[in-house]
Amino acid sequence: MHGGISRKRARRLGVGSLLAAGALAGTAIAGSAGASTRHASATPITIGVSLSLSGDFSADGQAFQRGYELWQTDINKAGGLLGHQVKLDIKSDASNPTQVATNYQDLISSKHVNLLFGPFSTLLTVPASKIAYRFGYAFVEGAGGAPSVFANGLNNVFDVSLPVTDNLVQFAKWIAALPPSQRPKTAAYPTSNDPFTEPQLPPAERILAKAGVKTVYSKVFPAEVTDYTPIADAVAATKAQLVMLGSVDVPTVTAFIQAFAQQHYNPKAFIATGGPDQGATFVSAVGKSNTNGVMVPNGWYPGYNNAASKKMVAEYIKKYGGTPSGVNSDVAEAYSVGQVVAQAVKATGGTDNAKIIKYLHSGVTLQSVQGPVRFDKVGENGAAAAFAFQWQGGNFVQVLPTTDPSSVKMEYPKPVWGS
Amino acid sequence: MGSSIIQAVIDGVLTGGVYALMAAGLTLIFGVMDIINIAQGIFVILGAYLSYALSVHAGIDPFLGLFITIPALFLIGIGVEWGFIRRLKEGDRTAMSILVTYAVSIIIEGVLNVSFSVNYVQIHAWYVNRSVHLFGFYLPYIYLFGFAMAAVLLIAIYALLYRTRFGASVRASLQDRTAARLVGIDVRRVSTICFGLGVAVTAAGGMVFGATNAFNASTSYDLISRLLAIVILGGLGSMGGALGAAVFMLVLEDVVAVVWSPVWATAVFFAALVVVLSVRPAGLFGRQVARAQ
Repeated sequence: MHGGISRKRARRLGVGSLLAAGALAGTAIAGSAGASTRHASATPITIGVSLSLSGDFSADGQAFQRGYELWQTDINKAGGLLGHQVKLDIKSDASNPTQVATNYQDLISSKHVNLLFGPFSTLLTVPASKIAYRFGYAFVEGAGGAPSVFANGLNNVFDVSLPVTDNLVQFAKWIAALPPSQRPKTAAYPTSNDPFTEPQLPPAERILAKAGVKTVYSKVFPAEVTDYTPIADAVAATKAQLVMLGSVDVPTVTAFIQAFAQQHYNPKAFIATGGPDQGATFVSAVGKSNTNGVMVPNGWYPGYNNAASKKMVAEYIKKYGGTPSGVNSDVAEAYSVGQVVAQAVKATGGTDNAKIIKYLHSGVTLQSVQGPVRFDKVGENGAAAAFAFQWQGGNFVQVLPTTDPSSVKMEYPKPVWGS
Repeated sequence: MGSSIIQAVIDGVLTGGVYALMAAGLTLIFGVMDIINIAQGIFVILGAYLSYALSVHAGIDPFLGLFITIPALFLIGIGVEWGFIRRLKEGDRTAMSILVTYAVSIIIEGVLNVSFSVNYVQIHAWYVNRSVHLFGFYLPYIYLFGFAMAAVLLIAIYALLYRTRFGASVRASLQDRTAARLVGIDVRRVSTICFGLGVAVTAAGGMVFGATNAFNASTSYDLISRLLAIVILGGLGSMGGALGAAVFMLVLEDVVAVVWSPVWATAVFFAALVVVLSVRPAGLFGRQVARAQ
């Protein structure tokens, strides 16, 4: 399963270090050694990853698993990495920030994996990236784009997706540019207290406030609420013409939409930071007739005009069934991680994590199913394109930027719920 | 602001009724059997999934589907009691029940994940997103229907416990299992039926929960912590306490969310819980003296 030479080397180094400096230091050196070894051609390259296969993030975690496994199948079909087959070692963290750290510790120090892929969510990426940093591993991830991931001064973290603080900016600018007669007069900004959602709203609120859109509701709610109804009802009571919801999952968005429909409250525009991008899961939960006009910002969608993306979507449908609109954006984020790491391994000629980190910081532009990837000094993808998407007639379509030929006309004002 | 507070109180009362229904089974099981049923959350979700499956695959209205799901969960409850709970030794029954029912919960969660996947689903029916306009407020049909059903079922459970011979056996077992045995009550049989009933009522609570929330099997973890808080506040073993505590919890949280901040809603509830328990350690309606084993 693991490279014989690398394991022996790792063990020798580990024993020596144990004698010299104690167990913890020994494990660290063993992990580093395992991560920087060149491989005999018959041995696979092992990649360790912790995913939320159960718990709060299980839907996203399992979508990520599909994305990683789809990439694994493709790369192995194409001859593997530098002639080695790729083997994923996936552990479940049950959506738990403590367990995710334990898992990566185990993958590094016990399993001696060659490379690491990131978990799902900012919440889990923060503790996981610290473990990877301690052992000198490059940590390429696709779902940890919040500022808190990059605030720890770690040089090994690279997010292939759109930085979250930029997510709503494009939409806010579009609203601000509307003629005053069409522009919403008021806006509500309810948000979950999640590191992924909270940083997204202030930049958009500033742009809209500058354009004269008055804030009538701006409150944070806990990630796990007993009852969303009073919060959604309070938003409805403000009669805000625009709602920007800081949500991380489908249940949150569904609860707000349901309460809005029950209160006969139809804002002109409704955009949520997460949930509507979950494809068929979102449609099934909220009901097709309630999806019309609902928007979400993101860096990718299944109809994205990119050859690699189209190929991946076709493969996904062939393997798992469904329609393009049903493909979760998590799949693309995970697949992109694999693509970026593969390009780094090929460019550096091995799995030396120090070289990979240096290479990814070199300013090189890489390609992924989400478009170009170029990391800035903190590891954010400065080349990521920002889009806004909308559900129209059961289809998930790109509406922003309007200059992109793939964008269709936005339905504004949004149709009433249930239409 | 005044109308928002009234709306929050209405929301809290209506939602509280549904939570009471989910918690009623938990408190009934503890009251009779000294079992802390950690699996109650997953039973709620199982009930939601059964209603969802009947609605999607057989076109059966979720409320009508309860005529199938309630008996189904009753049988599942009896099966779990027979297969796992009955085998616990009397002495360490309460502590071991936490581990055993947690294991049951994990097993059911796994089966649900395999059967339905981890993707979120929600129960749909014509009344789920609609509401009636009364006295200036929109009252969602699903909560009105759910509250009415909760009231009927809770009254039915109350009548069963206090107006029937079986209920007398249950209450005798609840007061003192050994004494109940001495007067000829088949405590084991009573316990089995009570466990079945406690699980069966979650079918109704689960259906309404599944119609008002998107859910998957993991949702049960959030639920069980809330249900435990409700039955502890209401008093373990007290049916009325479960109703009172559920309404109190939801109204308090909902009003705090509107008047102050949603972030503080849960904290204020738990602060209230601590205050109540410091004054009344057995909860609002709990018995002060622990039952003999």
